[in-house]
Amino acid sequence: MKQQIIVSGLGGQGALTITRVLAEAAAALDLEVLTSETHGMAQRGGTVISMIKVGPFRGPLIPPGGADVGLFLALKNLAVHRSYLKADAAVFVNSPVPGDFQNIDAQGLARELGAAVAANLILLGYAAGKQALFCDPELLEQVIREKTPERFREMNLKAFQQGMASAK
Amino acid sequence: MMESESLKDKKLQRILMGNEAMARGLIEAGVTLAASYPGTPASEILQAVPGFARETGVALHAEWSVNEKVAFETALANSMSGRRSAVSMKQVGLNVASDPFMRSAYLGVKGGLVVIAADDPGPHSSQTEQDSRFFAMFAKIPVLDPSSPREAKSMVGQALRVSEKYEIPVMLRPTTRVCHARQNVPLFRPQNLERPARFEKNPGRWCATPQYLRELHRLLNKKIADMAAEEEFFPILTPGDDTFPGVCIIASGVALAHTWDLLEEMDLLRRLDLYQVTMPYPLHRDFISHIKSRYQKVLVLEETYPVIELQLVLDQVQGRINRAVPGEGELTPEVIRRVLEGFLNLPAAAAPTLPGGEATRPTLCAGCAHRAAFYAIRETFPEDIFPSDIGCYTLGLNLGAVDTCHCMGAGISQAAGFYHTYAAAAEKVPAIVATIGDSTFFHAGIPALINAVLHGARIMVVILDNSTTAMTGHQPTPEQGMTAAGGQAHPVHIADLVKACGVGFLKEADPYDIPGFVSLLKEADAYCRGENGGVAVLIAKHFCILDREARKSQEILEMCVTEDCTGCRHCLDEFECPALSLDEATYQVVIDRARCIGCGVCVHVCPAGAITASPKKEQ
Ligand code: SF4
Ligand code: SF4
Repeated sequence: MKQQIIVSGLGGQGALTITRVLAEAAAALDLEVLTSETHGMAQRGGTVISMIKVGPFRGPLIPPGGADVGLFLALKNLAVHRSYLKADAAVFVNSPVPGDFQNIDAQGLARELGAAVAANLILLGYAAGKQALFCDPELLEQVIREKTPERFREMNLKAFQQGMASAK
Repeated sequence: MMESESLKDKKLQRILMGNEAMARGLIEAGVTLAASYPGTPASEILQAVPGFARETGVALHAEWSVNEKVAFETALANSMSGRRSAVSMKQVGLNVASDPFMRSAYLGVKGGLVVIAADDPGPHSSQTEQDSRFFAMFAKIPVLDPSSPREAKSMVGQALRVSEKYEIPVMLRPTTRVCHARQNVPLFRPQNLERPARFEKNPGRWCATPQYLRELHRLLNKKIADMAAEEEFFPILTPGDDTFPGVCIIASGVALAHTWDLLEEMDLLRRLDLYQVTMPYPLHRDFISHIKSRYQKVLVLEETYPVIELQLVLDQVQGRINRAVPGEGELTPEVIRRVLEGFLNLPAAAAPTLPGGEATRPTLCAGCAHRAAFYAIRETFPEDIFPSDIGCYTLGLNLGAVDTCHCMGAGISQAAGFYHTYAAAAEKVPAIVATIGDSTFFHAGIPALINAVLHGARIMVVILDNSTTAMTGHQPTPEQGMTAAGGQAHPVHIADLVKACGVGFLKEADPYDIPGFVSLLKEADAYCRGENGGVAVLIAKHFCILDREARKSQEILEMCVTEDCTGCRHCLDEFECPALSLDEATYQVVIDRARCIGCGVCVHVCPAGAITASPKKEQ
């Protein structure tokens, strides 16, 4: 099993949360996992990217053209990070407008849920619901339930489930 | 599958960030004192120490020191008392700690001392991409170079063991890609070394005067020579078949990990000899002759300077020096791939399309008080000089209120320098407003302030006091009086320090009140230019709005943009709150409800008075 995933967003959108959930899910399946994250100045609203490599890799970075899955929290990042995707990659974008990718208005749905910050997990739930990830949606749900701090738990679960439901 | 089994049962390994893995390694290796000053990419190391200590029931002293030099010396004393110690910092922090670092090579240690210096090739979040391994070589201190979080963790123990064996500090040099990678890492129970605290007097060593140093230097040279013969540090070979006779690659750190993955992808793994160097300095004594006698063509991949390469000094070596490897920048997989293709005479794969589109630049958070302070400074002094410093507030450069950013604490000294430059040239002295964050002020601002006062610099210093070290993840500053573990410590107050430095003008205000802050700036300017003028200090006090607790006390205003908005863009270009944007259809500004925190500051910014605030209606 090998899968390479990029999560692209703006600092503050929760790319790190998605990264962690995916990494925990891989570990729960006893798979090797390596991730890479953006820290520092860029986290103040700048372009950020996380990479998740599941399987027997040694380095944390995905080369251009290497990613099987792309999760984009911001449509404008597509131009910046598209080069990391394989030609046949599964691409999910938080955007109300469709394009040459699978779109979901995660931001809009999050606002309806009353949790503008949970768009990240809606997008993740959507990709999981589309069976694009290395693991079942149920496992991700379990990770979110067990690893989210109490005060965000319910909201995060709801967001994830909302994303999954939208994939049906 | 996982259904009933809880994830919590999987205790023996855990997903850890490289920095957390090293923190865990410190606890497992029996470290009893860990000190640090926050800085990307090293901050999460000390941050994670108290948690692992608590979890495993280990007693230790963990501290956010006021700067890296202090952190180093504090850890050194623990080690001189026979106990294992650690100090962690980002690479430029080692510049600050260089004084005690250099001498500790000569005097050595008793309990193991690991110096974690995290490098930032790229750089991603630093003012240089300097190579700490070079610094280690300069100091004659051995250095280990991990390629992954897992390896970084196990090298912590290795470093401490070797440090004790040779009585010398050992550097562990991770890079950003190791620090901020996450990996499943095995956990072990902490070692209990049961070492009492025993400082044994030995003035010839611990106070070594010049007469002793020549002998200590000889000893140091011997230690390095002996370490260079240690079998455990002979580079690790992954042998190839005979596809590339006489050819090998030598790599260290994360460059080795990238190279491994690339060779695998290119179907070349185990087709040519690949060496991993775990201790780049001192390079194993026999390795050099080993390479010389076996290979005609050698490629060295390491970050960021040619440390291994310089020690190999062989004609057949290609690397940074002959430009087979770019002389600067991070060795990302795409860079290494091109190097490998050149080195092995392979056809180049279709050139990867490099990132297109424009990356979004970072900006101060919506509602950040720094933005208000910078805006007030720019409004008051449109054409003047603004030296600044390192932290979130460096982003004031987006607002035209940051003209310099050099190294920790430089803003105040540069401000004074600018003053003397203009004064000595007998020219009209512009208003000179230095900005410096609270944590940076404690770190290196105080000597600069004393110096500015002493030499009569007529400058303004705005201390941006948001009660935290925000940029690196909100570590406490001395003003909070809080320990790294969240316990009580003795607070030290900025205002007291400023007064004690002999500053003649000191005011404190909340920059959210822009008109009030502007009039204070004018007052400060008048003081600077007055008959007995000198340094004027304003403390701009407002908590960081990412502090959830503090935020609870702040009123959330209902913001509204009225029809009076003329679309002049003043609030966008000069104030740049990320919650404000221009609606291209109406050509009026709109507020993004999801990002706006209702701070109300933009009310003071709109020249047409089109932004209004009212108390939030109860839902
Ligand atoms: S983290 Fe705090 S200090 Fe930094 S930009 Fe945001 S509000 Fe300002
Ligand atoms: S009130 Fe104005 S300045 Fe404050 S966050 Fe909202 S839009 Fe930005």
